[in-house]
Amino acid sequence: MSIHILSMLVENRPGLLTRVSGLFARRGFNIESMTAGPSEVPNLFRMTLVADVESQPLEQVTKQLNKLVDVVKIVELKPETSVLREHLLIKVKADPTVRQQVVELAQLFRARVVDVASEAVVVEATGEGTKLNALLDLLEPYGVKEIVHSGLIAIARGNR
Amino acid sequence: MSTATTKYVRRYRTVASTVPSPATVHPHTRACLQPARNPEEGEPMTQENMLTGAQIVVRCLEEFRVTDVFGLPGGAILPVYDALGASASISRMVLHQQQSAGHAAMGYALSTGRPGVCVAGSGPAAMGLVSVLQDALVDSVPMVAITGQVRSDLIGTDAFQEADVVGASLPVTKHSLQVTRAEDVAPALASAWELATTGRPGPVLVDITQDAQEGAAAFQWPLRVDLPGFHPVTKPNAKQVRQAAVRLAASQRPVLYVGGGVVRADAAAALRALAEACGAPVVTTMPALGVMPDGHPQYLGMPGMYGTVPAVLALQRADLVVALGARFADRVTGRASTFAPMAKVVHVDIDPAEISKLREADVPIVGDLAEVLGDLLPVYREVSAHGHADLAPWWGYLNGLRSSYPTTEDAPDRLLSPQRVLRRLGELSGPDSYFATGSGLHQVWAANALPLQEPGHFLSPCGAGTAGFGLPAALGAKRAHPEATVWAVEGDNGFQISGSELAVCAAAGLPVKVVVLNNGSLGMARQWQTLFFDGNRVDTDLQSSPSPTEWVPDFAKLAEAYGARGITVSDPSQVDAAVREALSTNDRPVVLNVLVSPDTMVWPMVPDGVSNDFIQYRRGQAPVFDSEAGA
Repeated sequence: MSIHILSMLVENRPGLLTRVSGLFARRGFNIESMTAGPSEVPNLFRMTLVADVESQPLEQVTKQLNKLVDVVKIVELKPETSVLREHLLIKVKADPTVRQQVVELAQLFRARVVDVASEAVVVEATGEGTKLNALLDLLEPYGVKEIVHSGLIAIARGNR
Repeated sequence: MSTATTKYVRRYRTVASTVPSPATVHPHTRACLQPARNPEEGEPMTQENMLTGAQIVVRCLEEFRVTDVFGLPGGAILPVYDALGASASISRMVLHQQQSAGHAAMGYALSTGRPGVCVAGSGPAAMGLVSVLQDALVDSVPMVAITGQVRSDLIGTDAFQEADVVGASLPVTKHSLQVTRAEDVAPALASAWELATTGRPGPVLVDITQDAQEGAAAFQWPLRVDLPGFHPVTKPNAKQVRQAAVRLAASQRPVLYVGGGVVRADAAAALRALAEACGAPVVTTMPALGVMPDGHPQYLGMPGMYGTVPAVLALQRADLVVALGARFADRVTGRASTFAPMAKVVHVDIDPAEISKLREADVPIVGDLAEVLGDLLPVYREVSAHGHADLAPWWGYLNGLRSSYPTTEDAPDRLLSPQRVLRRLGELSGPDSYFATGSGLHQVWAANALPLQEPGHFLSPCGAGTAGFGLPAALGAKRAHPEATVWAVEGDNGFQISGSELAVCAAAGLPVKVVVLNNGSLGMARQWQTLFFDGNRVDTDLQSSPSPTEWVPDFAKLAEAYGARGITVSDPSQVDAAVREALSTNDRPVVLNVLVSPDTMVWPMVPDGVSNDFIQYRRGQAPVFDSEAGA
């Protein structure tokens, strides 16, 4: 299996997510993550979809996605020539005796503490998946209460 | 950006014209998209006045030059019916259930090339169209289904007869839309029409809430259709076309593998011209039957699970398969990895997603079949003028198969041979007749036995295999071709599914003719149980009496009850007379109840999931095919 990133320009019509996810389910492909939001084109949304498929089925899934009337454009983004970002919110157990250690760890990853309570802090981090996983590994021993992990968003590097 | 995906990237465009460029539109559609009035002035008709959403539905259908709609009034679609009742140019055909209405629309579409239009209410009525949409999708039949929906303020409340039909239809439509405001009705229908008829045809569902039908809006026509994500490629790549011509000229064992795309593109004449220019054998899938006239010396019949021995083995021995509007369906290929193992593949289709989906294409060509064939023939002539392969050894092999393994007519138990009945039916009815089938043994017998001469005359649920399709589809075809002879070919169980539509035929004065190949069983399933489940026939024998004359119901009597003529045929000597009697009865429908042994099977056959090399000519009899040109 291999990971492919599809960046799609779509019309934000009712049922679009169902159409896309239904197509993947029907054709037997796995979706790793899917995010969507407004794009630079008025009325069009950009959807970043991470699919776990071999390259030949990927071509088939791309063709099938292109047949969806609400899908305007699809490009595949290569990780080595793209900026990839994921967003993470982690609630970590942190009583006053360890709170400073957790805060330092977060700073090492250029993550931010965005909420502090008596027994826990919330850490916010942005980056590529490997960095976020490293942060998670280090926070694990303190006791992770909750993880909220966004899907991947990505943009091609360069002028175009 | 990977090259794999950029090939299929679509260009963004902000506004598309309502009238697509002529090249992208099916010829039948082109006429429909012209402004309906003031053709002399040459200016598009534009008028603005307030209409209800329901009236706008009808006005749009009139602008599309729809002449017939098939459906049932009820509940949330009544405003549309109210407006339809006032239309001078649209006839309505009411059937007994929505699936039949949809199949009638398909029969209309398959026999004319124009979109079928069906109309249904909300909830279960709309859901009754779901299997029809699947039929139309898998066979690429242009269809617009209009369903009523509960008022928009009730959506999501589990209201009476509320169902999420747009959700249910997503996997079985080319596109589906919901309209909740009167002003959105016309844009939705214009989009639906363009989508259903342009590129690879297919079904589009438009679900309209009751308040959208009742609300008022200005009607403007023509209007712009904005579909930035939809622009099919119709013009083929010239280099690829040349590649195909070069391969075809060089091939020593070519086969033209013709599918329904050639019919949808109205390209049968171009296909015949190419076939005759290159001399290659032609096989046609079930949706393409008639593209090559039965009896043509280059025509080998239907390939696949229930195909002829020459058609199946030609593909297995080919060095070049030219797939034209065909999709390498499992019923054609058998185990795909062993299909046509020695062949290079030229694959032409208007849908890029079909190319290399199941079989890697050596020469992929995306385009409209009419354009591709139009381009390919002159290039082939030019290329082959410099030399082409000698096909005589190949034809020697194929003609050997033809004479060794002709189609057969079986009649165990001295009952009727269904193949012979169908052949005589076709011969006596003539080449202009239409034949609509359900799904099962009778369908396969008909596909192989009817002497079809033109495409669009064999109307069948090919890819979906929906039982009960025959009679309503025949009704739709008869509506479109009132002067033609239209036969429904059904099995006894299929006729029990939709036979009640005989009442519609009788009441509407549509003298459809029906032949029920009555074997008192679910014949196809029974055959499989006989062959692959050690004869353990579970629930496939439908009759308790061994004597066919005691089977229930008596279809001849049932026909009379519906106001049709009913004739039971139990002896081979009665066949011609019964068929002639049916052909001369035109004041009402006719039902021929043809008694067939439950043990009559379809042969040849390739067992499910194995290589087509394992084709059986008769039960337990494999053809000998590794002779001279074979290896």
